[in-house]
Amino acid sequence: MKVLLVDDERELVSTLAERLNLRGLEAQWATSAEEAMLRLQTESFDIAVLDVKMPKVDGLLLKKQMQEKCPAMKFIFVTGHGSSQDFEAGSSEVGSNYYLVKPLKIDELIAKIKEALQR
Amino acid sequence: MAPMDLIGRCGIQFFGKMSASISHDLKNVLAVINENAGLLEDFCVMAEKGKALEPTRLKRLAEDVKHQIRRGDRIITSLNTFAHSADRESVAIDLRELLGLLLELTQRSASMQGVSLAVDRPPDPIMATTSPFLLLNLLWFCLDYAMKAAGPEKTVEITAEKTDDGTRLHFRKLAEMGSGAGSFPAEPERLLTGVLNAQIQLDPDSREFVVSLRGRAPEE
Repeated sequence: MKVLLVDDERELVSTLAERLNLRGLEAQWATSAEEAMLRLQTESFDIAVLDVKMPKVDGLLLKKQMQEKCPAMKFIFVTGHGSSQDFEAGSSEVGSNYYLVKPLKIDELIAKIKEALQR
Repeated sequence: MAPMDLIGRCGIQFFGKMSASISHDLKNVLAVINENAGLLEDFCVMAEKGKALEPTRLKRLAEDVKHQIRRGDRIITSLNTFAHSADRESVAIDLRELLGLLLELTQRSASMQGVSLAVDRPPDPIMATTSPFLLLNLLWFCLDYAMKAAGPEKTVEITAEKTDDGTRLHFRKLAEMGSGAGSFPAEPERLLTGVLNAQIQLDPDSREFVVSLRGRAPEE
């Protein structure tokens, strides 16, 4: 399972990737939409875990850009906000089941990744 | 809506926006600490299975946690200062400190808009007697507009200075002032400048606007 994590919090996304790798997933990370799109030019991923609130290009727009390039790719959204506005925007894109609020529980994230890939 | 009601409503909205932004920052701090603690647990599980612990990696993890605690402490301190800004209607304040607080409070919003904020801090205090909360509210409106009107450098420069009859704050490096970035000053800014005995002057040729606060500063 190849996973691309995208979040502007470098420490968060790098540590999370390390933890997923320890559990047998192939996780890589990027700290911006631009970096994520560059990564997609040379590699393919099964699923992307995107932070909703990011500078310049947010997670919702990034999902659209990634989907155009990789139509089969699955997505999970992550946010620090628990606001209903964000929830509506995020869950309308990926479904409320694939919208997680920080701090994350690693087992829950892995379960959601597997579930999303089986859809 | 009566002017004072509008000012009150603007104040509540301002408080809400700042609280939401600060809570988002704190969530990120907690999320990073959560992952660091999780990784530490992972290493312990691996050690129990016979894999040797790497002291340098553990040390780096501890440093990361300490860094996040310092970051969280800075955020909480700003929140506390911001909350206390509403305690008194009029108090002598150093505008350099107020700008520092404004910067802390709006950093995330600026970063989301891809704008850098640069505050010039002169060595001497720039004192003004005013309502810290209402002035913060006014400056937040000003900064919000300035970020939308930022020039190609995508940087907003803010400087404070003393004048003969008070103090002045410059918002510089703007590109468009007018239709592109919305109407400014709008009614909330006009009401706040009235209450604060302040004035906003647009200077498109110099790509800046100036907020003047009238009234002599107390002895420093």
